[in-house]
Amino acid sequence: MMDVDISLVNWSRAQFALTAMYHWIFVPLTLGLSFLCAMFESIYVRTGNEKWKALTRFWMTLFGINFAIGVATGIILEFEFGTNWSNYSWMVGDIFGAPLAVEGIFAFFLEATFFAVMFFGWNRVSKGFHLFSTWMVAIGSNLSALWILVANAWMQYPVGMAFNPETARFEMENFWTVLFSPVAMSKFTHATSSGFVLAALFVVAISSWYLLKGRHVDMAKKSIIVASVFGLLGSIFVAFTGDEAAFENAQHQPMKLAAYEGLYKGENNAGLIALGVINSAKKPGDQQSPFFFELKFPGLLSLLANRRVGSFVPGINDLVYGNKEQKIMGVAEKMKIGQQAVADLALFKQARKEKNDVVAAEALSRFTANKHYLGYGYLMTPEQAVPPVSISFYSFHIMVVLGMFFPLLFIVYLYFTLKGNIGEQRWLLPIGVVSFFLGHVAGQAGWAVAEVGRQPWAIQGLLPVNVATTNIAVGHVQTTFFMFLGVFTLLLIAEIKIMMKQISIGPEGI
Amino acid sequence: MAGPFTSVYTFYRNGFKAMTVGRTLWKIILIKLIIMFAVLKLFFFPNYLKTNFQTDEQRADHVLEQLSRPAVPNR
Repeated sequence: MMDVDISLVNWSRAQFALTAMYHWIFVPLTLGLSFLCAMFESIYVRTGNEKWKALTRFWMTLFGINFAIGVATGIILEFEFGTNWSNYSWMVGDIFGAPLAVEGIFAFFLEATFFAVMFFGWNRVSKGFHLFSTWMVAIGSNLSALWILVANAWMQYPVGMAFNPETARFEMENFWTVLFSPVAMSKFTHATSSGFVLAALFVVAISSWYLLKGRHVDMAKKSIIVASVFGLLGSIFVAFTGDEAAFENAQHQPMKLAAYEGLYKGENNAGLIALGVINSAKKPGDQQSPFFFELKFPGLLSLLANRRVGSFVPGINDLVYGNKEQKIMGVAEKMKIGQQAVADLALFKQARKEKNDVVAAEALSRFTANKHYLGYGYLMTPEQAVPPVSISFYSFHIMVVLGMFFPLLFIVYLYFTLKGNIGEQRWLLPIGVVSFFLGHVAGQAGWAVAEVGRQPWAIQGLLPVNVATTNIAVGHVQTTFFMFLGVFTLLLIAEIKIMMKQISIGPEGI
Repeated sequence: MAGPFTSVYTFYRNGFKAMTVGRTLWKIILIKLIIMFAVLKLFFFPNYLKTNFQTDEQRADHVLEQLSRPAVPNR
């Protein structure tokens, strides 16, 4: 399948990225704002203060708008699997199809019941049951993100399943290994907690805007306190889960780690780049310097990658060309094993067709021994195993810098709000407004690190994207790409317009 | 006294009737779903393997054939 037009692969990837990026505009706000609404309402139920009720209803309305506009945008990803990624889809369909469907049904019933109580139930059900419903929406919304993130994690670290060469499908060997793989756990916790931070930034941004305008001042201050505490705790959690994600990358996707650190030559006691301008003309194996300018924290990358001071972190060159001293197998060697696996798969298929059981058994035996490097058999050159370094590097560092900025912002907001003069900090409030957009930048950058950084793989080491793609007309993918761009942009405009209208109306009575 | 089904029905009916911004949101959701399922899915996103092959065996054969091809340079 390597004779697929490369522009088809790139357009299919671009379309998937476009859909996922738009989807991720809506999702994290839903994940975090649902919890904030539950917290606001908990304070209302505990204090009986009607201002907290009005405040809760206001944020709940904005939550509802975001949810309604964003709902089902993820289904388009599933359409794309069937049309543009049919080989991949077939291979993993047995594993992910059923759980994703169950998740969809679970989400539907959750939304049909608890969502209805949350929005229709004010003054119609008891306070306690209403609060319970709001918490259930928050927990359920977050849980409904679980399986899709587990599926994504499996693509990065395929464990708990075995490839069946008879059916060309991966079959589940151990459900719990798939669900509780360390990559899945760090991905789920990192992605959902980044949603908490984004939602806290959203509340801070709108509250700051009210303070700048001198409107709904009491409500804005109350909202900022809760959102800042939630955002601060979320930011700390994001940092911990991010550290875990980097550690997992080092163990299972060292090429990704090397790419997002721009590390070409592996070293002991490797430093973490704090600031740098990467040389995008640099290629693996050449003599050019990887950076025009770099500022490092000495030894920190070794600690981050291996949790051992002074340990060796492999660079792109070590991973591509091998490093005997560190016992790292190069891509060329893996390609040979992979090519043998591909050849044996073809032989097995042919022998089965001809009912030659002896040849089939021999081919299967060799395939089983070599299948862990199957994906490398489709690469043309060892350098194809390197992801786009510049995009990975800048995405990672933008994410990290913003990830360090957000907790500081929440601390400053908390300090002035508790001091009682947050409304007078005219220098701070515009930063608070802008920070919501920075939150989106950080989230999108995070996904770019995860997805660009794992190229060329659809399934790490087993299936490159050009074999996962369906061989359809590139014009078809281009057409639907621009259709999605149009539809999603219209939805985004609708969300912004409706939200702006509600924000300008503001909460009732406070 | 109304039964549980009547109560639930009344709850939803009154809820939908009392919606303000929700009416606009429901219209958007419905338009979006119609575009997605009646236009995009139907005309632009057929399931490639289901459309082009009759049985699972044929689909498996097709994918295996794709996987069994050795690497050749990209065009």
